[in-house]
Amino acid sequence: MSKLSPAEGSNPSASDLYWSFTKMSLQAFGGVLPLAERMIVGERQWLTKREFVEMLGISQTLPGPNIINLSLMLGDKFQGPRGAFAAVMGCLSFPILIVSALALFYQSVSDQPIAQGALRGMSAVSVGLVLAMGFRLLGTQKDFKVGWLAIACTVIGVGVFGLKLTMAILVFGLPTLLVRYWQIARKARQEAQ
Amino acid sequence: MIALLFPPPDWALLGEIFIRFLLLSLLATGGALAIAPAMHDYLVGQRALLTDAQFVGAIALAQSAPGPNVLFVTVLGWQAAGFWGAAAMTAGALLPSALLAVYAGRIVGNNPQSRFMRALREGLAPLAIGLTFATGVLLITPWVEDLRMMAVVLVITVIAYKTKLQPIFMIMAGALLGGFGLLG
Repeated sequence: MSKLSPAEGSNPSASDLYWSFTKMSLQAFGGVLPLAERMIVGERQWLTKREFVEMLGISQTLPGPNIINLSLMLGDKFQGPRGAFAAVMGCLSFPILIVSALALFYQSVSDQPIAQGALRGMSAVSVGLVLAMGFRLLGTQKDFKVGWLAIACTVIGVGVFGLKLTMAILVFGLPTLLVRYWQIARKARQEAQ
Repeated sequence: MIALLFPPPDWALLGEIFIRFLLLSLLATGGALAIAPAMHDYLVGQRALLTDAQFVGAIALAQSAPGPNVLFVTVLGWQAAGFWGAAAMTAGALLPSALLAVYAGRIVGNNPQSRFMRALREGLAPLAIGLTFATGVLLITPWVEDLRMMAVVLVITVIAYKTKLQPIFMIMAGALLGGFGLLG
């Protein structure tokens, strides 16, 4: 990141980063990002709204979960690799313990019909949540027609016909990327004229 | 119990899982759910380490706990190969993209609005969205003939899309419905 000091004087230490991200991730059930904005821009004022949106944009572009990428980049910005490590561990350490405890608890009761039934119900809800996430993301694609085609092809190819991920990236991802680049370049040319 | 949690590590398998997940991690634009189909193909299909029910169950357990959704890979790891499985899958799924985020973030962070960065972000979004839906399609496939399960999926999709109800309440409702044996 460029060397900028967003809100004057904010320079969180590694321990600040760790505990702030820990507190945030422990409050986050199903989606950490909305809480991240509230904490980073609102409460702690580590970034301005604009800086947050830019950093989020980059973290969405890079592979890996957005919140993980965002915490790494934010930590790195303030305290270098130590800060990145502290922030990402804040996101992960307690949640990993909790999710492991849940997994082990479930394993220990998994021969009980009640537990099996409960997990079955939770699973159905979970899939509904995944699909709803897909529909919410669709809303960001309104003016990108080629994008719709790529989405449809990916769903059918991967979801129904079991197309491999690498193939999906090559056949649907790369062409869409090139089309988008061409569209952006064309728009820039038109605006320049 | 302890023996169950810490099975003697099968290093060949763990190494293979770790490397597999390392590579997947680098392809995970759009987050962990986008590479769920590839994980499913490997863990449930090719290696038969997990069943369909265990796979979707891992996602459900992770969504019912606080923290990032990516931690379903930790649950998958526990189920597939105990503690070392959880460690191998979690580290594999997170390490490469984490290193990339720090180093690539420093480079591209200077100009996030460049044409190339915009194209990358907007051009890969459809693939990520498609993969999210593909994950959903893949996960409901075992239930297509089960009307009650499909009804729950449909109702939750609509509620979660249309309202801001916290997911944890929906998951609790699902656990109750299923726990009372109403979902077969």
